[in-house]
Amino acid sequence: MKNAFGAPQSLLVLGGTSEIGLATARRLIARRTRVVRLAGRPSPALERAAAGLRELGAEVHTVAFDALDPGSHEEVLGKVFAEGDTDMVLLAFGVHGDQIRDEEEPLGAVEVAQTNYTGAVCAGLVCAGALQAQGHGSLVVLSSAAGARARRADFIYGSSKAGLDAFAQGLGDALHGTGVHVMVVRPGAVRTRPARRGESPLVTTPGAVADAIVTGLRRRSETVWVPGPLRAVAAALRLVPRPLYRRLPVR
Amino acid sequence: MSVDTVSMTGWGRTAPTTALRFRPRTYEEAAVAVTGRGPRGVVARGLGRAHGDAAQNAGGSVVDMTGLDRVHAVDAVGGVVACDAGVSLHRLIEALLPLGWFLPVTPATRYVTVGGAIGSDLHGTGHRTAGSFTRHVRSLELLTADGSVRRVVPGTDLFDATAGGLGLTGVILSATLSLLPVTTSLMSVDTERAADLDAALAGLAAGGAAYESARIDLMARGRATGRAVLIRGEHVPVDALPARARRTALAFRPGKLPPVPAYVPEGLLGRAPAALLGELRFRGARAARAGRLQRISAFFHPLDALPGWNRLHGPGGFVQYQCAVGDGQEEVLHRIVQRLARRRCPAFHAVLQRLGAGGPGWLSFPVPGWSLSFGLPAGLPGLGRLLDLFDDETAAAGGRVCLAKDARMRPSAPAAMYPRLPDFRALRGELDPEGAFRSDLSRRLAL
Ligand SMILES: Cc1cc2nc3c(=O)[nH]c(=O)nc-3n(C[C@H](O)[C@H](O)[C@H](O)COP(=O)(O)OP(=O)(O)OC[C@H]3O[C@@H](n4cnc5c(N)ncnc54)[C@H](O)[C@@H]3O)c2cc1C
Repeated sequence: MKNAFGAPQSLLVLGGTSEIGLATARRLIARRTRVVRLAGRPSPALERAAAGLRELGAEVHTVAFDALDPGSHEEVLGKVFAEGDTDMVLLAFGVHGDQIRDEEEPLGAVEVAQTNYTGAVCAGLVCAGALQAQGHGSLVVLSSAAGARARRADFIYGSSKAGLDAFAQGLGDALHGTGVHVMVVRPGAVRTRPARRGESPLVTTPGAVADAIVTGLRRRSETVWVPGPLRAVAAALRLVPRPLYRRLPVR
Repeated sequence: MSVDTVSMTGWGRTAPTTALRFRPRTYEEAAVAVTGRGPRGVVARGLGRAHGDAAQNAGGSVVDMTGLDRVHAVDAVGGVVACDAGVSLHRLIEALLPLGWFLPVTPATRYVTVGGAIGSDLHGTGHRTAGSFTRHVRSLELLTADGSVRRVVPGTDLFDATAGGLGLTGVILSATLSLLPVTTSLMSVDTERAADLDAALAGLAAGGAAYESARIDLMARGRATGRAVLIRGEHVPVDALPARARRTALAFRPGKLPPVPAYVPEGLLGRAPAALLGELRFRGARAARAGRLQRISAFFHPLDALPGWNRLHGPGGFVQYQCAVGDGQEEVLHRIVQRLARRRCPAFHAVLQRLGAGGPGWLSFPVPGWSLSFGLPAGLPGLGRLLDLFDDETAAAGGRVCLAKDARMRPSAPAAMYPRLPDFRALRGELDPEGAFRSDLSRRLAL
């Protein structure tokens, strides 16, 4: 169960090697989380991630899960939920793709879309159903600021996140009042190293995103931008006329 | 029987979860709700005044007992009442006070049910002499997992598990209670300022009155840390009233303000208002004032005059904390009060009181000594860790934290505080091996 501060006791991370997912898990373990399930394609990296969290004192399991195989999601995730309550699901998988290459090889673009959108829609719905049946829980969906308005530089990725974002918002509305809380998280450009001086203040780190998620859980927020000022920037960018927007410098 | 799916929280409005809510009007309907439970179990709910998640059951069934609200019999000579568990203390006082009887234990709100009062073994500001609520329960009827009804009397294990048992032994259907004779509905109230926490502790330790508590100003810092207003009350005997007032001596007339609107923005009860209220209360109380007459409702239940006051904390809700420590452990209270004051935590309704001998309830909260309670906005950064620290200090001092109000404790904490928890678990394991009676609280703390 979550406590009054929204801290879950059990966590399922879909995309178990995601930096943001692991940073979030570490923060939650420092609070109330005792059981963590890391779902992802079996790999040494996944096992390493699990071992890292175990050192913090949590009971950690790995679950073989492939976003690109929606047909298996019901079975795989059904098993996880059958083992006990999952207080929070963090939908953290996604691929960035390579815009230039994917424009030339549409199948690469399809994989981005299938992972980020189709796979997430399927896993999201399966988890939403299970959370609804247990009458409580949070579904945290990692979207992206890139989905707010697609840019020339990464519109394949951006459009997949735009689809996911719209899906997650709708799901949140559908689940309103059911005890299940859906939170959409929209980070800016995530760097794994600390931002350099002079770099845009809209760049963020996995740790900062994780902190924002923990705060969002406490406040039961529906949308979280990281860093916070991004909300205003995105709102402003939405108003920029297209001829101008097209020519904006790309970060 | 009406059945619907609703999202529920405790009075603190944190951690909402959804369950199937049954509203039985007869004992048979209540039994149907219990035997027809799903795999996620069932728990009874009264008026939802427990602050945390004691009366909710995510994904399972919740039996709302407020439809079972008949007063069966009043023995106006011997002072005994038999009633359904869904009757509120408000209804009981309304019915009994004109007959010259009052409840021996009254919490700070009348809007709790008899079932909830037993389930959390309520204590009032008169605990030192009156003990807790279940001391005055002569018998109760308990609906168990198989749908059968047992009559439970004090002195049995099942009674001790049910008294303060948070609805986890079954659904209480009815109870027979002993009452306190009174000749008026008025209280004679003395107030006195205490300049700091030591003065408040000394004032309460001196004791003497039937009802005693100290309202602490947790926003005061420095030398004034823990300053308080001591409040002592006694029932006024009818011969102390002027002749004209004697005719209506037992009237029960609680005042009521319009309810708080459904939406209140976050942060209305922030630091500045908390500090202001503390200042006003302290300054407003005369240094010492004796014998002021107050109605029973105004003395015991001032907050009931403002329906829905819990919404004042905004949509984020609030967390109530109450701990008890024995005599000689006052240092723990000092540390807690100092930390809250230093951090300028906007605490509302901080109350220090004496506790007398504990009752037999295995999970019942009161232990002899002191109790300190306060409410804080759930959104306060760092509050989770601060309260964990208070838990540790309380447990290390042999004290305990109230489960009925909890919404945040660590699952490992209760075992250190409630030595009879293993007995409670064993009895449940035998009585209810499937774990039919479950709540969010029992899941969260693995009770
Ligand atoms: C303003 C305020 C002041 C308060 N002051 C005090 C105080 O001074 N002293 C004190 O001790 N407490 C106090 N409380 C706490 C409160 O009185 C208790 O939590 C009480 O249990 C609430 O009763 P309820 O009918 O609303 O029960 P609920 O909140 O609905 O349920 C509380 C618990 O009792 C169980 N329960 C309810 N009905 C039944 C039943 N029929 N059979 C079996 N189990 C049942 C539930 O399962 C749950 O575990 C206060 C609360 C508020 C909001």
